Amino acid sequence: MADVFIVGIGVHPFGRTEGRSGLQQGAFAIRQALDDAGLDWGDMQFGFGGSDSAGNADTVVNEMGLTGLPIINVRNGCATGGSALIGAWQGIASCQYDLGVAFGFDKHPRGAFNAMPAEYSLPDWYGEAGMMVTTQFFAMKLQRYMAQHGITPTALGRVAQKAFDNGAHAPHAWRRSPVDLETILSSQMISDPLTKYMFCSPAEGGVALILASEQKARQLGRDRIRIKAAVTRTRPPGSFEVFSPSLSIERGGAPTLLASAAAFDMAGIGPDDIDVAQLQDTESGAEIMHMAENGFCGDGEQEEWLAEGWSRIDGKLPINTDGGCLACGEPIGASGLRQVYENVVQLRGSGGGRQVPGEPKTGYTHVYGAPGISGVTILER
Amino acid sequence: MGQTIDIAEGLFVDTPHPALIGGRHRQTGRIVFPCPTGNPDYEPMLLPRRGTLWSWTVQRFRPKSPPYAGPEEFSPFALGYVELPGAVIVEAPFTDVAFDDLRIGMEMETVLIPLNHDGQGHAIRTFAFAPAREG
Repeated sequence: MADVFIVGIGVHPFGRTEGRSGLQQGAFAIRQALDDAGLDWGDMQFGFGGSDSAGNADTVVNEMGLTGLPIINVRNGCATGGSALIGAWQGIASCQYDLGVAFGFDKHPRGAFNAMPAEYSLPDWYGEAGMMVTTQFFAMKLQRYMAQHGITPTALGRVAQKAFDNGAHAPHAWRRSPVDLETILSSQMISDPLTKYMFCSPAEGGVALILASEQKARQLGRDRIRIKAAVTRTRPPGSFEVFSPSLSIERGGAPTLLASAAAFDMAGIGPDDIDVAQLQDTESGAEIMHMAENGFCGDGEQEEWLAEGWSRIDGKLPINTDGGCLACGEPIGASGLRQVYENVVQLRGSGGGRQVPGEPKTGYTHVYGAPGISGVTILER
Repeated sequence: MGQTIDIAEGLFVDTPHPALIGGRHRQTGRIVFPCPTGNPDYEPMLLPRRGTLWSWTVQRFRPKSPPYAGPEEFSPFALGYVELPGAVIVEAPFTDVAFDDLRIGMEMETVLIPLNHDGQGHAIRTFAFAPAREG
């Protein structure tokens, strides 16, 4: 497989934008990415795009221009953006194309995601009895993890505090004001042990990345940021996933363990070699559990990591440098690409107030979502 | 009026004690809940009625309707998973327990509780777990 480079990045601010559709937010991001790369829409040979609930990505040609290019729609839950990136990466790594776009966008209604049992092949009684609620799953996975590995509510609060501190410096973030630890810990309890400030909210936004072959990237003078790995994995036996009426007593692994191992294998490096990481933080506890599942620390060590600030911007492994989902909100189709966007910003050294010191050379992203899917990328400068 | 109907067929029995009906895979012996319908690979089996609390949370806001079919006037309820020994870990609402008393590992037992009334005045009955009583 040939090397693939990210030569342009664009983002539509996350949050709420009245009067602008999800698709238009995706087009906004594509225009910005093209400007960043010094290219035109007509230069795009192909595209992979997706949203979860804001329409078909290929209709973006109505906004961008009818150039006849092929666009493949991706709808892969929380891994939608990551899967679009993998598709575009393969198109260039296989030498079929040398210039293309991966993009993701979304626009969700306010409030918790509203899931119906039939959409997940579950019986109606499961929802009627009040168990068709995603926040319950995150809370229950975390509750057990905290009891087994000695994680405290204070550590959960510190994750959220860090997210809002970082988001204040990210122009694309939704929540851009710091929130103090006491306010986070004492805010309304949503699903024990998680309070209001520890959960991300459904949101809107769009992200686009322009990918190029090595030769094309050289021509553009943009041959610095290379994709070293991009993988997704579904769940292994015995994993604990959202909307499970029962679990096997033989407990097993998690999709993130598979995706992380495959990505490190593909990149030929290990967790110790990563300089900056963006990890799925649907809620505070998810970031904590994903630190271990991705191999950055052992189970239970997160307590010390957070107390010592090792995952803050100036720590030994800065995590979620733009505030992650907690500060940016969760537009499902765009989140995975936002993480990659943020790593490109960091590797270019253009992070401003949230720039990781020491000229980071490697960036890691991780998304996770229902019904048990995980996507990981590794970038290198 | 006064008649009780179950939230679904084939989920539980009420005599001699409330117990859930799981499904055992005929080849592998793996046990699931509920028992898959229309799948000849699974045979129904009564699950142990007691087990230990595996994890829990509290539902603090009223879930969206549909699909939630509980009362309009909402009271927060605890729920979680209970490991039925040697069988399967099952998710259900909890009843008869103070939120502050919930502990992973505590002994729980299967009970049947009213969820709501339907439009015809029938009480809808569902399953739950409560702290195990003596005996």
